[in-house]
Amino acid sequence: MSDAAMTVEEREANLKGIGCSRKRTEDARFIQGKGNYVDDLKLPGMLFGDFVRSPYGHARIKSIDASAALALPGVKAVLTAADLKPLNLHYMPTLAGDVQAVLAEDKVLFQNQEVAFVIAEDRYIAADAAELVEVDYEALPVLVDPFRSMDPDAPVLREDLAGKTEGAHGARRHHNHIFTWDVGDKEATDQAFAQAEVTIKELITYPRVHPAPMETCACVASMDKIRGELTVYGTFQAPHVVRTVASLLSTIPEHKIHVIAPDIGGGFGNKVGVYPGYVCSIVASIVLGVPVKWVEDRMENLSATAFARDYHMTAELAATRDGRITAIRAHVLADHGAFDACADPSKWPAGFFNICTGSYDVPTAYVAVDGVYTNKAPGGVAYRCSFRVTEAAYMIERAVDILAKKLAMDPVELRLKNFIQPHQFPYQSALGWEYDSGDYPTAMKKAMEATSYAALRAEQQERRAAFARGETRELMGIGVAFFTEIVGAGPTRNCDILGVGMFDSCEIRIHPTGAAIARLGTKSQGQAHETTYAQILATEIGIPADDIMIEEGNTDTAPYGLGTYGSRSTPVAGAAAARVGRKIRDKARKIAAHLLEVGEDDLEFEVDRFKVKGLPERQKNMKEIAWAAYNNVPEGLELGLEAVDYYDPPNMTYPFGAYICVVDIDADTGVTKVRRFYALDDCGTRINPMVIEGQVHGGLTEAFAIAMGQEIRYDEGGNVMGASFMDYFVPTAVETPVWETDHTVTPSPHHPIGAKGVGESPNVGGVPAFSNAVNDAFAHLDITHIQMPHDHWRTWKVCEKLGLVG
Amino acid sequence: MAKTQITLALNGRQVEALVEPRTLLIHFLREQMLLTGAHIGCETSHCGACTVDMDGKSVKSCTVFAVQAEGAQIATVEGLAAPDGTLHALQEGFAEMHGLQCGFCTPGMLMRAQRLLQENPDPSEAEIRMGISGNLCRCTGYQNIVKAIRYAADKMNAAQKEAAE
Amino acid sequence: MIPGAFDYDAPTTLDEAVALLAELGEEARPLAGGHSLIPMMKLRLAPLEHLVDLRRIDSLKGIRAEGGALVIGAMTTQAELLASDLITGHCPIIQETAALIADPQVRSLGTLGGNVANGDPANDMPALMQCLDAGYVLAGPGGSREVKARDFYESAFFTKRADGEILTAVRVPIPPAGHGYAYEKLKRKIGDYATAAAAVVVTLAGGSCKTAAIALTNLGETPLYAAEASAALVGTPLDKAAVERAVALAEGITAPASDGRGPADYRTKMAGVMLRRALQRALARAAG
Repeated sequence: MSDAAMTVEEREANLKGIGCSRKRTEDARFIQGKGNYVDDLKLPGMLFGDFVRSPYGHARIKSIDASAALALPGVKAVLTAADLKPLNLHYMPTLAGDVQAVLAEDKVLFQNQEVAFVIAEDRYIAADAAELVEVDYEALPVLVDPFRSMDPDAPVLREDLAGKTEGAHGARRHHNHIFTWDVGDKEATDQAFAQAEVTIKELITYPRVHPAPMETCACVASMDKIRGELTVYGTFQAPHVVRTVASLLSTIPEHKIHVIAPDIGGGFGNKVGVYPGYVCSIVASIVLGVPVKWVEDRMENLSATAFARDYHMTAELAATRDGRITAIRAHVLADHGAFDACADPSKWPAGFFNICTGSYDVPTAYVAVDGVYTNKAPGGVAYRCSFRVTEAAYMIERAVDILAKKLAMDPVELRLKNFIQPHQFPYQSALGWEYDSGDYPTAMKKAMEATSYAALRAEQQERRAAFARGETRELMGIGVAFFTEIVGAGPTRNCDILGVGMFDSCEIRIHPTGAAIARLGTKSQGQAHETTYAQILATEIGIPADDIMIEEGNTDTAPYGLGTYGSRSTPVAGAAAARVGRKIRDKARKIAAHLLEVGEDDLEFEVDRFKVKGLPERQKNMKEIAWAAYNNVPEGLELGLEAVDYYDPPNMTYPFGAYICVVDIDADTGVTKVRRFYALDDCGTRINPMVIEGQVHGGLTEAFAIAMGQEIRYDEGGNVMGASFMDYFVPTAVETPVWETDHTVTPSPHHPIGAKGVGESPNVGGVPAFSNAVNDAFAHLDITHIQMPHDHWRTWKVCEKLGLVG
Repeated sequence: MAKTQITLALNGRQVEALVEPRTLLIHFLREQMLLTGAHIGCETSHCGACTVDMDGKSVKSCTVFAVQAEGAQIATVEGLAAPDGTLHALQEGFAEMHGLQCGFCTPGMLMRAQRLLQENPDPSEAEIRMGISGNLCRCTGYQNIVKAIRYAADKMNAAQKEAAE
Repeated sequence: MIPGAFDYDAPTTLDEAVALLAELGEEARPLAGGHSLIPMMKLRLAPLEHLVDLRRIDSLKGIRAEGGALVIGAMTTQAELLASDLITGHCPIIQETAALIADPQVRSLGTLGGNVANGDPANDMPALMQCLDAGYVLAGPGGSREVKARDFYESAFFTKRADGEILTAVRVPIPPAGHGYAYEKLKRKIGDYATAAAAVVVTLAGGSCKTAAIALTNLGETPLYAAEASAALVGTPLDKAAVERAVALAEGITAPASDGRGPADYRTKMAGVMLRRALQRALARAAG
């Protein structure tokens, strides 16, 4: 159909812009086995590295003998801390202001810690050689329980910090203390509690879990000694930051380092940080002058890289007898493992945990977080959530249910009573955030109607009676969660990573034919950026999304950005994309005015073209304008059609949602069946509903896994238990519930297109919804809180304790 | 280590190669045959990212030695589309129904689904879920994968019906 | 996870395989489907120097009815068990159990012989074979012998199979027509071993239990044939009292490990729950 014959609606549809369920452009390569993941790379002469890891949780290294390994044919080198120390690379800085051992020097501090790095011709020889490295250890007392970390007689874990009384976040008061971070008005909060009519207090633990993407962490480092250039391909959610860190560590100038993140097989926070495997591969490539590949196996992934959570939260709520929450007080013990490698913006050692006032209008609150060391793997990453936001949401949503039980109120009624009201936005929270927008009552009521909430409660009453009469062995639970997230980090005035502000960027180049390439500072790990960023640009510029290629992950070509995590891609880089589009449109308007020989003010924009007001047949579409941009621009205007935008968001965004989950628990086995799960998400403007729904499905599934079974457990000896997919709970299609999705739309007032981000909402809201459902099944009985994970045996133990077991 | 010669049919093509007895089929495919579609996800035969078709059965190639495939017919995702490039109904279904996100599990999922539809051309939702229960996905929550397989089943059944008429 | 190096042979006859294993001694292992052995090798928990692959030996394949028994070749895969009309007709509990093992891909290659011979108490088929009173045919340099499943297992990964012997077939006495059966398995997810599982076969006569066999999976160092619990059911109408007596006796012989599936006391109680449920379903299926 010729352009002129198309209606406005047809032209709009042709753009496949914002709001359209555009099919993914990424899919063609993935469905044909032509994705390009790190382990798919094969460079000439490439060697393979493998780690020797500690079998002990805490031990002194007496000696390392690599002679047998070095004697094995095909082995090229074995690196130990002694080799890295002269380069000052035996420790590396963490994102949290601590250092982490790259290879253990005198001591190992957690099981499976990296001790030596073997480099060989292929992965088989490397594995054989790793077995041949003899390390003599002297076992030391192991510290596993974070509640014992600051005991006076607790073992000293970090000898490298001896005498260091000042940490990155203030004074350290014990050899295993990392930081104490507090926020809020302590005095006013204490007073509110002293005067409260009703209070609750509960230790709510969010266990240590792991993001476990399907692809483990990997890299290929390749040093070109003649050019003095280092190329690193890796599973990097934040490739630009990796390049900066690599430059600072290696002293190779930043422009001579090429960091490339190719296709990434899921990240979920696991691929934000820098790991010893990356550093060792780089060093090995520099030393040996050939490319070196390192790929984690699954046990290494689960036991050594980037755990999440391990937050032990003592939550208190104060309220009136009729259910008005008057204050929140919380103390958190944060187990950071052996090194503080928590992935948070520099000034936020406990992330944005102070979002823990949730969706409620709470007059005063106070929160303190103590970070401590234990003999466990380092990490503390945001597993499919913004920094410590899922911990905060879990705490407040459980606490509200506990209060509801104490007040004998329906959990929804209590929430409705305490919601921040629509007219209160922008809302200043007691702990310092400015919530951008929201309409919580509407969302909650829509969720109640969609699930026939009142009927569910009535059914639950009947079922409880039937259980009491012995007619059923199943307990029905209804879980409600209403979460508010804080995502899109973030304003550079208070958010940075190692001193680099957390802006993000987009650059576009429109070619003469009207086709374009756009590059961004983020990096998709499955979130469909190649599809959705093009939609934003299509709508803003007026060229079809199909004509815009999106690229990310190559630090040589993409503008600097802080990467993809904390649901920041849409709020930050998506905003940069919208603004780039507007810059293009502004220039296009000048060119159109020149071509049509009218003033700029005489033009109006319509979908994909400028028209002369009052003379609509006089028009220039974007394709024509793009061509003219290369040969016929008004005097004084540069040729070409390019733009770049570095976007520093004025505020975070605050997605929210209402989730309702119905479970049936078999009291004889503890098996919990999810009968129904309804998720209403409000992520502001919806760019691609199909992709949003997919994100919600995935996030809910991860929430289900966390709530119902995931746990990285250590025994008393510091042995990490169950670090394989046999034991670590990743549900199959059979266990995974069917998801019902829904939405409301409350745009963000400060985002150029009103979008808020969605990828992590379902995880943040899902975990408390499942946990509340399991707890709710017992709400009529004498128990206030059941710790996660709600796996079969733990739930059965509750039944046993309550005398429900047959 | 002494190497053994193996001969097998790979996506319909005869292949001869030398492998160590301990070479895993997944490494043989990815590193010697340069077919990197199948992936390594767990290495303990739980995740199914390495699923390929061997003699008409779905197998996890991380738990098969290449020598065990001597004389076998092996099919990988690279051979799923028609020689002229026409996508298989499953490939089309995955794209249409948003059955993938990061794409890492997708080749294994496709190869398993392909065999499932041979075994059961008209599976119910429960049968699909059970049929792909050896394949883990961390992104999609499976719901759209189920739809994608159903899409392919419908398309293939319609084509067959048309051919029969 | 890379296995250590080994030598490999794939003989085409049983005699060759037996001779090879005899010659190589304890450094050699027979390889069936590999789905127990290969992961162990990758974790370097199963050091060995030689694998004798049984896949090319035709005499180890196939299912036939012979002298009141099903004779199932050791290399028969779980998928082949599921597809066999002979088994559907004579002993469907084998299919009920096979369907609960791992996942479709593992069942494509995992074999009955491998499942029962490697001595892992977490495997499902050993307890089922004890329940069915199956015999394992072992071929060695000195000829062939049969060991009852109920006598075969000594402790975890230790069995009566001698180094150099190959388990060639499983002989399952065909249960009487009209028998009731069930295999109940509690697991955390598809692909997991049992938290607890119970296999039950009963026959009825005149409304009372004529014969009963109960065996339990993953509740001790070996699969557990619950002889006393089985005996306690005979002659009863399988009423609540009889079932509870059998449950108590069965629970009494369990000694499960505490692991990620739950602490020992939970797993013992789940043995009881699985047994109750299996008996209930078996009774519903039984004729007479």
